[in-house]
Amino acid sequence: MKRKHKRLLLVLVSLGLLGLGTAILLSAIEDNLVFFYTPSEIENKSIKNDQVFRIGGVVVNGTIKHSNSFSSFSLTDFRKTISVTFKGVLPDLFREGQGVIAEGSLKADGTFTATQVLAKHDETYMPKEVADKLKSSGLWKEKFSKNEYFN
Amino acid sequence: MKRFILIIPIIVFIIIIAVLSVMTLQTKEGRNPSIVPSALLGKEAPNIELPMLARNIPGGFKGSDLVGRVNIVNVFSSWCVPCLAEHPQISWLATNGFPIYAINHRDNVSDASNWLKKHGNPYFAVGFDPEGRASLEWGVGGVPETFIINASGIITYKHIGPITKEILKEKILPKLHEAKR
Amino acid sequence: MIPEIGLFVLFLALIIAAIQAVVPMVGAVRQDVYLMALGNRLAVIQFFLVTISFTSLIYAFVISDFSLLIVYNNSHSLKPLLYKISGVWGNHEGSMLLWVLILSMFGAALAIWGKNISPTLKARVLSVQSMIGVAFLAFILFTSNPFLRLNPVPSDGRGLNPVLQDPGLAFHPPLLYLGYVGYSMAFSFAVAALIEGKIDDKWGRWVRPWALAAWVFLTAGIALGSWWAYYELGWGGWWFWDPVENASFIPWLLGTALLHSSVVVEKREGFKNWTVLLAILTFSMSLLGTFLVRSGILTSVHTFATDPERGLFILLILFVTIGGALGLFAIRAPIIKNNFKFAPVSRESALLYNNLFLTIGCAIVLLGTLYPLFLEFASNGESKVSIGPPYFNITFLPIMIPLVAAIAVGPMLSWKRGVIGALYVKLLFAAGSCLITIFIVLILVPEGPTLAACSMGLAAWIAAGCLIEWASRIRLFNSKSITNTGRLIKSSKSANGMTLAHLGIAILIVGITGASAWQKEITTSMAIGETIKVNDYSLTLKKVQIGKGPNYNLERGTFSLIKSNNSAIIMHPERRYFPVARQATTEAAIKTTLLADFYLVIGESRDTIDNKNEWTVRFYINPMMFWLWLGVATMVLGGLLSLSDRRRGISIPVRKKA
Repeated sequence: MKRKHKRLLLVLVSLGLLGLGTAILLSAIEDNLVFFYTPSEIENKSIKNDQVFRIGGVVVNGTIKHSNSFSSFSLTDFRKTISVTFKGVLPDLFREGQGVIAEGSLKADGTFTATQVLAKHDETYMPKEVADKLKSSGLWKEKFSKNEYFN
Repeated sequence: MKRFILIIPIIVFIIIIAVLSVMTLQTKEGRNPSIVPSALLGKEAPNIELPMLARNIPGGFKGSDLVGRVNIVNVFSSWCVPCLAEHPQISWLATNGFPIYAINHRDNVSDASNWLKKHGNPYFAVGFDPEGRASLEWGVGGVPETFIINASGIITYKHIGPITKEILKEKILPKLHEAKR
Repeated sequence: MIPEIGLFVLFLALIIAAIQAVVPMVGAVRQDVYLMALGNRLAVIQFFLVTISFTSLIYAFVISDFSLLIVYNNSHSLKPLLYKISGVWGNHEGSMLLWVLILSMFGAALAIWGKNISPTLKARVLSVQSMIGVAFLAFILFTSNPFLRLNPVPSDGRGLNPVLQDPGLAFHPPLLYLGYVGYSMAFSFAVAALIEGKIDDKWGRWVRPWALAAWVFLTAGIALGSWWAYYELGWGGWWFWDPVENASFIPWLLGTALLHSSVVVEKREGFKNWTVLLAILTFSMSLLGTFLVRSGILTSVHTFATDPERGLFILLILFVTIGGALGLFAIRAPIIKNNFKFAPVSRESALLYNNLFLTIGCAIVLLGTLYPLFLEFASNGESKVSIGPPYFNITFLPIMIPLVAAIAVGPMLSWKRGVIGALYVKLLFAAGSCLITIFIVLILVPEGPTLAACSMGLAAWIAAGCLIEWASRIRLFNSKSITNTGRLIKSSKSANGMTLAHLGIAILIVGITGASAWQKEITTSMAIGETIKVNDYSLTLKKVQIGKGPNYNLERGTFSLIKSNNSAIIMHPERRYFPVARQATTEAAIKTTLLADFYLVIGESRDTIDNKNEWTVRFYINPMMFWLWLGVATMVLGGLLSLSDRRRGISIPVRKKA
């Protein structure tokens, strides 16, 4: 009898701890979720000031400005545009027309203060079927000139 | 009881695989895992002026030129291998009555001209975009990409990546017919 | 011609693998000695074939054969030879071939060196290993063929990405794969044991070296990747909880647990089912990581650009291999009998405790990695989120503390029933070291967070515990003569390896604490001649030179760093701009000393209001950074030392009294 009780107790305590642990974990996740929004979505979602989130967009031509250690630029998703300021060294791939993700928060005046800026790599698309077809398709022979493009 | 515990790993595993499978399928069908937007769907084709590529190649256009009929805009570069792979499909569209404009993306005059001379020029007009500025306006993230614009000048569809024969049949042609309505 | 040979032998390898997957297993069932032994030969042949294939691919890269699509995409005639070779695995197809090469290599290694393993078990292990080989060879041949041709041949390639031309990045994948794929052996051993229906101490002894070898490689591979990120990415950081980093960390955590629990199988024939499950799960997590990086469902700096269709194929492989193994486990585990008891305080319970915390830690990281995907799935694409370092720091680090604290105690406990009395004195010494260390740190760094001092104390506790245990094991203070001690030191490489690896953790903690808690970061703009003060240091921008590299323009800063009246350290951070690719890279200047790293990054120049040129500068002081790398290196050394123990090693398993 006693052994059965002992076992039952062990199981209940374990389940309890498991439940507690999971609850703590999930609440830790909740508190630290960083949402992605596009500039258009920002208006629709009610975002509190100081809430950290990420926006993704493309850097608008002619909007990159530097002053002291701050940089500012505009990000667009081709529907809405938002101004971003960032203190620090911009990532290597950052340039006009580049896809970029910025993490930070909104200021009261609607501009976005970024604490982190990540730039996306350029893409060329090569699915498997295409690669297969290339076995018999033609490619050009001209030498690549000084205007070679890199990966 | 013990049996039950032993089954837990495989059940958890099946759930994980199931979710990942769905997500992968969705990515295949066009889910973009990155937040960076890549579509201008439902918007007017950008009116940025694209210059001619060369004097002997018909070209130069802007968004407002595309009004009046259903047009296709194809973004290509001479250095882009998948662009060459989809060239037969592009040519097919041109010969079968679908007018195609081209944005020549981050290229140079001689390479692009030679490419067109060698492989054939199916394009109604070629716009030259060496710096990628127009591509930016069009929301181009890479090459190749293809846009369908309806008679009102609105972008109704954008295809990312090369157009294979299957994609031509299953996606592009239906979308073109849709745009005609 | 040669690439065609490469493709052809790959087909042959697939056929051999298929045969190897079936024949030895049949031989084991029938107890047919010849069929079982055939498995050994097939394994070696398979490895040989895949090697030929891989070599032909290397050859194509080395001679810059641009008629191969893969060489065209990933190489260039101007690339230095080293990077032409590393370009072989810097892409999806080539890296999969490397994966399969390592898989078959481990199979061949077992065939050749696993001499004392029961032939039945060995045959089954080789069979299972080959089943995995069949799956991945098929994957390569049908979806990821590296030998596709281009016609006509372009005159040069497209693969000249400057970021990829780096020694750290070149060797990180092979090391990592040796770890990832190395765990396939443990997996095969586990599945083979389940099929056989028997797990005993011999199994534990046979599987352990393979699990240990994989662990050593994985640890080294992760460390190399982390070190590369540190000096290349310019953020002064070395771990970002990026999904792809996590994908390598999760199997590492399970692999460490496996290492510890297999000891119990070996010594006491306990934790059998759990160990088998761990072996299966560790490799499963390796496979899952492989999937996540290539499927296209995640974006990260690390992901290969590949398409979801391949991802589906890998998922199918995962489903069959892991699902099969876990299903087999559910069915067969009840057959495995455990008859072992141990006291609440004992070596066994310490190892159980170890496994418990490692598993919890692993679950935490796994949850954090998969949660964004699951949330997006559940919200039907509405919610896109990321989970960053704060979550992991809050949840994972606290779990690690009780885990590592046990390092001081565990090795001191004896099997079955730990004798507590003798421990108190030893632990008192360790506790004393801990408190003294906390005290010293608080004095030396009064402004630092008290948690940092406690963390250093924890490291001291661990180190002291390790050294005390080692001293008492070799009877340092008891021995009648020096030669006795010498012999004792030499005798147990395995145990000494353990001590060394555990010490490595203590050193690692020192490094992590210093680099995190005491890190100093300044981002500012500086003009020529300007000086900024950081802690006791003065940093002066002396000049900025414009220059040219082979295919880039550069701005090279000359900074001098002076502390009090010491001599100046000159640092040269660079910013390189590749005009054709329109891409810039930063080359950080890093000065490493025993107590700190000085890390300097220069950004673009910008004109300020009064038209003086200023540059954005980012300067980090990372205290104890060197200890971080030293700690991991020590862990790897400890693992290697343990591996070299011939009594526990691969060649001569000898039955030792428990």
